[in-house]
Amino acid sequence: MTESGFPVLSALIFFPLLAAVGLFFLRDERTVRLYTLVVGLIEMGLAAPLFRFDLSTANFQFVEIMPWVPAWNMNYHVGVDGISILMIFLTVLLLPLCVLCSWSYIGKRVKEFHFCLLLMIGACVGIFSALDFVLFYIFWEAMLIPMFLLIAVWGGPNKRYASLKFFIYTLAGSTLFLAAIVAFFVHTGTFSIPELMTHEYAFNFQFWTFLAMALAFAIKVPMFPFHTWLPAAHVEAPTAGSVLLASILLKMGTYGFLRFCLPLTPAASEYFAPLMITISIVSILYGGVIALGQKDMKKLIAYSSVAHMGFVTLGIFVFTMRGVEGAIMQMINHGITTGALFMLVGAIYERSHSREIADNMGLGKYLPAYMFFFGLFAIASFGFPGTNGFVSEALVLIGVFEANYLLGALTIPGVMLAAAYMLRLGLKLAWGQPSQAANWKDLNAREWVYLAPLAVLVLYLGLMPTLALKTINPSVVHLLNQYETRKALHLESSLQPEPPAQVFQLPATRGTDQ
Amino acid sequence: MFQIELFIPELYLLTLIGGLFVLTVGPQSWWRFLRYLPLAAGVGIGVAALSFQFSGLMFYGAYQVDALSQFFKLAIFLGLAVTCLNAMNQPTLSEEKRPDYFLFLCLSALGLMLLSSAVELVTIFLALELASYSLYALIPLRSKEPAAAEAGIKYILFGAVVTALAMYGLSYILGVHHTTYLAELVTKTWSWSETPAALIGIALFLGALFYKLALFPLHFWCPDVYEGASNETAAFVATLPKLGAVVVLVRMSSLLDPSMEVTMLLAVLAAVSMTFGNLSALVQSDLKRLLGYSSVSHAGYVMLGIVAGTPAGLSAAAFYAVVYLLMNLACFWVICRLSTDGRNLKLDDLNGLYQRSPGLALVLAVSAFALVGLPPTAGFMGKLFLLNSAWMEGYHWLVIIAVLNSAIAIYYYLNLVRHAYTREAPTDVPAETLAVPNPGLLWGGLLAAAVLWLGVAPATLFSFAQLAGASAGSVFP
Repeated sequence: MTESGFPVLSALIFFPLLAAVGLFFLRDERTVRLYTLVVGLIEMGLAAPLFRFDLSTANFQFVEIMPWVPAWNMNYHVGVDGISILMIFLTVLLLPLCVLCSWSYIGKRVKEFHFCLLLMIGACVGIFSALDFVLFYIFWEAMLIPMFLLIAVWGGPNKRYASLKFFIYTLAGSTLFLAAIVAFFVHTGTFSIPELMTHEYAFNFQFWTFLAMALAFAIKVPMFPFHTWLPAAHVEAPTAGSVLLASILLKMGTYGFLRFCLPLTPAASEYFAPLMITISIVSILYGGVIALGQKDMKKLIAYSSVAHMGFVTLGIFVFTMRGVEGAIMQMINHGITTGALFMLVGAIYERSHSREIADNMGLGKYLPAYMFFFGLFAIASFGFPGTNGFVSEALVLIGVFEANYLLGALTIPGVMLAAAYMLRLGLKLAWGQPSQAANWKDLNAREWVYLAPLAVLVLYLGLMPTLALKTINPSVVHLLNQYETRKALHLESSLQPEPPAQVFQLPATRGTDQ
Repeated sequence: MFQIELFIPELYLLTLIGGLFVLTVGPQSWWRFLRYLPLAAGVGIGVAALSFQFSGLMFYGAYQVDALSQFFKLAIFLGLAVTCLNAMNQPTLSEEKRPDYFLFLCLSALGLMLLSSAVELVTIFLALELASYSLYALIPLRSKEPAAAEAGIKYILFGAVVTALAMYGLSYILGVHHTTYLAELVTKTWSWSETPAALIGIALFLGALFYKLALFPLHFWCPDVYEGASNETAAFVATLPKLGAVVVLVRMSSLLDPSMEVTMLLAVLAAVSMTFGNLSALVQSDLKRLLGYSSVSHAGYVMLGIVAGTPAGLSAAAFYAVVYLLMNLACFWVICRLSTDGRNLKLDDLNGLYQRSPGLALVLAVSAFALVGLPPTAGFMGKLFLLNSAWMEGYHWLVIIAVLNSAIAIYYYLNLVRHAYTREAPTDVPAETLAVPNPGLLWGGLLAAAVLWLGVAPATLFSFAQLAGASAGSVFP
């Protein structure tokens, strides 16, 4: 239990799951939406105790631990540090916003849709707070099912193909991750993540476990060339699905790199860093170039995600303080801005029933409020100073330049490409030849309600990023210190693998002799 | 020495069988009592649970009652109760054969129950045959279906060949080691260099068990028999005999352990079985054939624990066997409810199931995800325990093959869910024929809930499995 006695993280994980069961007793669609909205608001309220997070320490806080499967040394173990707490805030914030942006978008199987939404949120909070490897894996895989259904049932015309590709790609990637988890357990005798971080592993062991984990994470991010599931999934998913996919799901991959690859396999991370950096830069440039040529708004934003997430992995694998801080900030910022952009695409789709840029032009004159939000999120997306995107991209770039000038120089075109495709999109939407924009109404109150908080966050994090940076700083310092120490330690001595731990406990009442 | 308390679950089942025998020879008006059979089998679960505390040897040391046997007897009663419930309204079973049908079901279960306590090769063989003979009679009991007769003949013929092989193997073991008691066989040498004949003997004897388990290369009967047998019979054949095979394999693991040659052979068979089963299942459109091939792959998974041979591995195998029983029964439950006329279902028959029966669709989804081994279902936990135990014993390659196989399996299991949830029901069929009646949905729901519950809180069942695993290698002197 936590110090205060209130299990805040468990509440955040299980409240949406329990509330999801309550949906079965509701009949009216409007009641279902209202109910889920209220659940979302209560969930936000439940997250309030997290504001007592101690900014001065890198330790895991709000820790809860209890035995789960004693025979295999598995525990229900949750807690947060500076890296995960912001992701949990973002996840919790998105629930009511997703309900609001799906209010008129989702017309069929409304109850089931909100059921999936609640399951997703519970599982995602679980991922960011799990401190037990098996618990992490369970949440990691469990959220695939509701996401698969969100795309497969409420998606666009090619939903079957997109959902299957998404599911098989991500699940197939994770299967080797499971083998890595088993390997870690057999090596150390524990599934506890903090405990695993204190062990040393031989390079050979790190090499293979890094590869197994990195494949799962790289698919989830997604990094080039494992990104092909993403545009299909984004384009076909309903708005809320796209928002959750972009804002949270993609972050699970980069979170995995930070939580597992750097602390557990530092030497292998160092070894593979050139490869990861190369792939990251290719992702940035490739995502940018492809986004530039898109005619479909959702596809454009999907490819821009490939590029933006490239910045995150780049920041992580240069192993500098600013690089990693920038990467974490970029995780949050991308979640906010891209989520908002997908909501905006959803909003205009409800009016035009098309996601083609050509069908949605000329909005500047007729939908000024819409264009205001679009402009704000677009400039935040390419990192305009004063917006949140600037803070994170600048930090990553500084971190990259600190590591290597050449790498920095290679990354710069990516920033310019981002400006190019976003401005192109923004200009066309605002001043392109109007098609039917004259017939559409500007944002309604509900749309204002779900866009405004994200706009506030864009400006808040852009103008005053201090609090966020202070939150993540101790954890990043600790992570990098740990990384450097263990890397140095590894270089000094070639470690031998430890003998397998005898972890399996025979029951005390063993009835017979052998 | 005969201690009656050690024999309580078997006696209870024997009483049930006696009752059923009376029904088969009695007037038709008595058949109404058949509806209480699932309840009686359910009571059997309680009886088996109560006798968990007893342990000892009987019948001149050939019959051992311990935690392992009691654990499996409990599971067998559970499976029997569910399969009886499932088979109550069998559309393809002619009315006059109903009491006989259930009599054979229970007889087969009795054979499996005896199997779980047998610690002597001839006893194991006899118990296995008792379990099989009943199935030979059950499989063709599908009226007006030529495939049923074919399946029955196939099962009998191949079964007879495997029986002969097992007997042949038994004779080799007896010839070399001069005993058939596991307790004594454990102390003997099992290596290719010293006692090749004994090793051949044990391999042949194990063949009989692999046949039951449908492990490669003795799996060939499985899809055909599932396809030919009625849905309800297939549900039984697909689950309970597997339990029987696992319990004997767990029991005999103490023999396999000293001999690396045999365990390596088993590991290779496990790998091939997983891969072959999954790849073959990918192209199936008949649901029962699909499940048949999937069971070939699951046989491979269970072998991970047997190959590990440690208490951890054996408990994992015991746990997985019970989990497999539950998730497979849940899957078959949906098939039996859907196929109201008793025909074989194709993948397309699941189209729009979500609209026709959301409850059944949910049960199907849970069981399919459990069979893949996706969290938070019991299938995942079972697989995790198996992988852990195999990795601990250094079978890294086998674990990697197992996880890669999970990736292959995703496709065809997910297909079930896709058809049920994302495809629309055919429009050219009248609406009334599409509506799926939901009788017994509660039981399907309970199975699905159990699968989920064991995924979230596996500790209790696993601690029982642990007791079973700990007593597995031990044979009373």
